[in-house]
Amino acid sequence: MANDHIDLTVEPGEIHALLGENGAGKSTLMNMLYGLITPDEGEIVIGRPDAADPDGELVDTVHRFQSPGDALDAGLGMVHQHFMLVPVFTVAENVILGRETSKGRTGLLDRDSARAAVREVSERYGLWVDPDALVEELPVGVQQRVEIIKALISDCELLILDEPTAVLTPQEINELLDIMRQLRDDGKSIVFISHKLKEVKAIADRITVIRRGKVVGETSPTASESELAAMMVGRDVRLTVEKEPASPDTPVLEISDLTVADDRGTHAVDGLSLTVRSGEIVGVAGVQGNGQTELAEAIMALAPTIGGTIRIAGDDMAHAKTHEIIEAGVGYIPEDRSLDGLVRDFTIAENLILNRYNRPPYARRGVLNAAEIQRRAADNIETFDVRTQSADHTAASLSGGNQQKVIVAREFSRPLKLLIAAQPTRGVDVGAMEFIHSRIVAERDSGAGVLVISSELDEVLALADRVAVMYDGKIIAEVSPDTPRDEIGLLMAGSTGDDEEAAGD
Amino acid sequence: MTEPKPAEKPEPDDTAPVTPAPETAPERPAEEPADQERRPGFGSLFLRYVTTANTVMVTLYSFLLAMVIGAVLIIVSDPAVRGTFTYFFSRPTDALSASWTAVSDAYAGLFAGAIVNFTTLAEFQAGEATIGRLLSPISETLTYAAPLILAGLAVGLAFQAGLFNIGAQGQVIMGTVGAALIGFGLHLPAYLHLPLALLGGAIAGGLFGAIPGVLKAWSGAHEVITSIMLNYVALSALGWIITNEFVKDPDPNKQYAISKPADESSLLPRLAGMLGIDAPGLRANLGIIVAIAAAALVAWLLAKSTLGFRMRAVGLNAHASRTAGMSVPNTYITSMGGAGALAGLAGATLVLGISPHALTHGVAGEVGFDGITVALLGRAKPWGVVAAGLLFGALRAGANTMQSTLPLDMVTLLQALIVIFIAAPALVKAMLHLKVPAGGLATTTAKGW
Repeated sequence: MANDHIDLTVEPGEIHALLGENGAGKSTLMNMLYGLITPDEGEIVIGRPDAADPDGELVDTVHRFQSPGDALDAGLGMVHQHFMLVPVFTVAENVILGRETSKGRTGLLDRDSARAAVREVSERYGLWVDPDALVEELPVGVQQRVEIIKALISDCELLILDEPTAVLTPQEINELLDIMRQLRDDGKSIVFISHKLKEVKAIADRITVIRRGKVVGETSPTASESELAAMMVGRDVRLTVEKEPASPDTPVLEISDLTVADDRGTHAVDGLSLTVRSGEIVGVAGVQGNGQTELAEAIMALAPTIGGTIRIAGDDMAHAKTHEIIEAGVGYIPEDRSLDGLVRDFTIAENLILNRYNRPPYARRGVLNAAEIQRRAADNIETFDVRTQSADHTAASLSGGNQQKVIVAREFSRPLKLLIAAQPTRGVDVGAMEFIHSRIVAERDSGAGVLVISSELDEVLALADRVAVMYDGKIIAEVSPDTPRDEIGLLMAGSTGDDEEAAGD
Repeated sequence: MTEPKPAEKPEPDDTAPVTPAPETAPERPAEEPADQERRPGFGSLFLRYVTTANTVMVTLYSFLLAMVIGAVLIIVSDPAVRGTFTYFFSRPTDALSASWTAVSDAYAGLFAGAIVNFTTLAEFQAGEATIGRLLSPISETLTYAAPLILAGLAVGLAFQAGLFNIGAQGQVIMGTVGAALIGFGLHLPAYLHLPLALLGGAIAGGLFGAIPGVLKAWSGAHEVITSIMLNYVALSALGWIITNEFVKDPDPNKQYAISKPADESSLLPRLAGMLGIDAPGLRANLGIIVAIAAAALVAWLLAKSTLGFRMRAVGLNAHASRTAGMSVPNTYITSMGGAGALAGLAGATLVLGISPHALTHGVAGEVGFDGITVALLGRAKPWGVVAAGLLFGALRAGANTMQSTLPLDMVTLLQALIVIFIAAPALVKAMLHLKVPAGGLATTTAKGW
């Protein structure tokens, strides 16, 4: 049961945060509100102003939505985690999609009124967007604004935002929070779905926590982060990473003057140099899209390099093949779990040996050893606390956090010299995050060098012994993790004044 | 209409993605017994199974739906039966009985020609018919099935690696060439000649099949395009090879282009002869054994070998496979080469198993294309392909008997209908109001479309 007798009340002009781990049932609940799923039991009551008497009492109506259309008619708007926009259309075209009006009798699309409508909403709520811009050319944060405008134009009273900050940079998150406040002040109600405690505390008027499909409590934003986390997970959680000071030793990864081109031929990594020593965690901080993905892929020989050298444990590996790099003792947690990390339709057992499948003891002379593979799976599932009924279930059947644990189990079950962890806890709940962080630190303590690449500054600061700020394909500064967040934020935006430089090293 | 579903029986909590809660973790198994007490009986489980659009039931329903639509077409296409419908409202029994007779005759003929003819069975029991006549339908089914199974495996193996091998036809043609060249070109004792001829077919098909794999690996050219085009190359090459001095049958009386026949020592021995049954009419030969052995080999390869693991991994997610250090280009080449070898083997069983044991323009028939349908029907699984190949072999064999009442096209049409339904489980589900199974509807498709 994804949702079990949930009661949720959202007042007019309120930002109501729905807090819960991945798989707690937040999205199921919202999909029912939005008419994508029909509830088995219970009712949805929506109060709207009476048309005849707009200033009077709200009129309650009971709804049973059969489709998103019904929900839209009832004044609900939803911004999905994955945007529902047509990339090759302009903003104005996207906004009127499904409600196209034509000019008089000509039957031509009335773009002018669409533009005007977009401008009006933009101005009223400070959601600045060029109505004639093509959606595919806009940054993710602006695309999200388009989604919000889309909802506002259809006169929505209750706006549902499903994990809206997952794809945004810290600056964009602040802008979004401002927009949300403005909408609230205008009398709109907002349901804000998230598992990020900081944001929830910063913006919500009221917080409902759900766990395993049930409401476990309602609280106010004055509750502390650890209180919220405990409610969400059902036990006390450590939010900071506990670790001893690092004792860096010999270099295990030496990158000098590395240049990598992306798909479009531009230099995504541009003359980058970086060293990681054994026994230390180096965190790469940076706004997404500054070459972090390409850096990780180049180290793993998954992206072709144009120039520069990569030495792993002293050996030149710039021209090595991926399997040779894995053999050399490099573990890799890829950024895109379901694309690069797992074969979703393979069983958990098969995924656990994905990069060891043709080596003893899992295979001899080209023949798989089923017993050994099962033993490994049982062992890993136990040690890494992967929540599943059987090692023979597919990876797709696991929740995001457990999928990530499978990857972590696969990579951490052999002696590593170097670990590349790209977005190691993206889309992972607090409990799993705590676990993965502690394993990464344990890996460091056993002598591996670790490179953590994350767009979550909190994660980088919590894990790293040394922070390298990446901007436009280069490492523009190396600072201590104790550096104030604002200062690192400025560096992430590309400003390298002398005064900031002084803070480094 | 989505009506509220009746409250489902409580599932154990662990099926849902679970939040960490260590205090309950060690007790997880304890939650299950309570659920087991309320486990539904066999009857309701069976009912649920047959009303769910799972793979087995969709395949079965596709077959039945095709038969039903086929029946309608049989009625409509028969002028005599159609005539009885003109006075349907005065004497409906005429129309109904004429329809029933036409449909049941057709399907009975299909069955009699493919599996067993009950008239012959009665005669055999009375001692009036030979065992040869009795086994003839089965023998024909197996004869047709052998190359179909091999070609189906060729397409199915490529599917497993995420590749759509439309080039099976060309690979089959190359297989016939390879087998025939060794068959009449070398003169060896049978124990060497036959294996060598089969191997020749497999290698010729394998090399030809590897071409799209190599092109995809090196340049990213899509295997569908390249392998379709290579079918024409193979056909034209066959035409040229047959007219070649070394290959051409020297007999000036032959009216059409045909190669020299393969030596007796290279031919696939007939099963009847091997089993000591004296029935010269039974054509079924060792080819069917070769086909089943190949299916067993492919099944083993996919399930137990590292190569099969790599093929399946690349087929399901090439990105993750690459990240895990597998060579994706290499896998494409190996898979297409292996697929080509299986198709080549199909070609070899055609030349070495079916008279006139020589190359002609039509030697490969449509076996390679039918292989695509067989693979789809068999869900690209080796034993599924064997079953599908046997079914298609039976349809083809039965068509010859059914032809007395209906055109051969009817069988082709039935095959096509079955495949349409198989390829569109959503259609079957909608027509029969089936439930969606837990894992979603299954379709066999290659990646990269």
